[in-house]
Amino acid sequence: MKEDSEEVGYMTSVSRPVKGCAGDTGEWRVFRPVKDEEKCNNCLLCWIFCPEATISKDGQEIDYQYCKGCGICAVECPTGAITMVKEEKQ
Amino acid sequence: MVSFKDLPEEELFLAGSTACQGCPSSLALRIAFKALGSNTILIVVASCTSVLQGSYPLSAINLPLMNVAFATGGASASGVAAGVKALVKRGELAEEPTVLVWAGDGGTYDIGIQSLSGAAERETDFIYVCYNNEMYSNTGTQRSGATPLGAWTTTTPGGKVQHRKDIAQIMIAHRIPYVATASLAYPLDFYQKMQKAKGIRGTKYIEMLAPCPPGWKFPSAQMIEVSRLAVQSGMWLLYENEDGETRFTGGTKRIIEGKVKKKPVKDYLEMQGRFRQVLASPEGQEAEDLLEEQVSDSIRRLHGWVPEYI
Repeated sequence: MKEDSEEVGYMTSVSRPVKGCAGDTGEWRVFRPVKDEEKCNNCLLCWIFCPEATISKDGQEIDYQYCKGCGICAVECPTGAITMVKEEKQ
Repeated sequence: MVSFKDLPEEELFLAGSTACQGCPSSLALRIAFKALGSNTILIVVASCTSVLQGSYPLSAINLPLMNVAFATGGASASGVAAGVKALVKRGELAEEPTVLVWAGDGGTYDIGIQSLSGAAERETDFIYVCYNNEMYSNTGTQRSGATPLGAWTTTTPGGKVQHRKDIAQIMIAHRIPYVATASLAYPLDFYQKMQKAKGIRGTKYIEMLAPCPPGWKFPSAQMIEVSRLAVQSGMWLLYENEDGETRFTGGTKRIIEGKVKKKPVKDYLEMQGRFRQVLASPEGQEAEDLLEEQVSDSIRRLHGWVPEYI
């Protein structure tokens, strides 16, 4: 069976998984989440609620290359450690 | 008791996808993948998820994935499940992967129901997840069978006049081993339901409410708040049905037990732009009453009676 598939080859196109398949999606951002380390109590709510998987579980570092700035982390943070700050034009 | 610390750190949904800001489907995929692990085959029925996984030749989903046509969720799963079983029997696969179908409400309530019903009747071993955003968001927010009464869509400009249908109850009527509803505001509840479904053989159906910020017209930052209010107002009931026994979970359990007061449906409606028109119209009060009545009716059907404190 294996030989057959090698002869025929792949009939369909296959996509490869990669981080940033839509480019640097951080460029979409209008408001940037900024974390106050002193207020953070490591509750992990921001990590679990980030739809884009840009907040790390360990230390809750925000990956600004891909963060789209949806603002869910700032709304859900129980201690108010994350604030949304307007992005400056570069 | 599972806590956030127990959830795996590994991300099978990769950052930088083509999803909108605050997309409920991408968040649900993240949590589902954490529960199921990497030995999973994903079948995506035509929906927003076909788009948010990225465009060829790149993908944001680090799992074997197959994109299939609208009406074929259940049929494709039957094929894949049979193929996987044959490979295990022949010894080409060491461990049997979980087959997961990911479909929207259009691909479940309207177009995919016959295929899903067939697969459930054949007792196909797979998990079917419907992420219900109550409209055809991918094609520009048209009405679907899941759109609630009063909601604006491009095909119901004055607000929908009919109630939505209850597909979880249709699946329970198939007598499959596991049916559950979930909400993104209760991520551990969703995680545990996915894990439970993984451990059961046969057809499992899990439906999740997915508030779509552009479709429902609310700021993306409020996605979790809207999900939570849907449960707190009773517009979305959290329960699981195992072998015919219904058990309430999460926020709905607290409401039914009388520990928390149910919030008025109006609080939930006012958060969303899609209900603004109907609330401002002379029929606004009537629509609100009808929805409130529907909540009581759903509780009565599931629980047997409506406790007086609700």
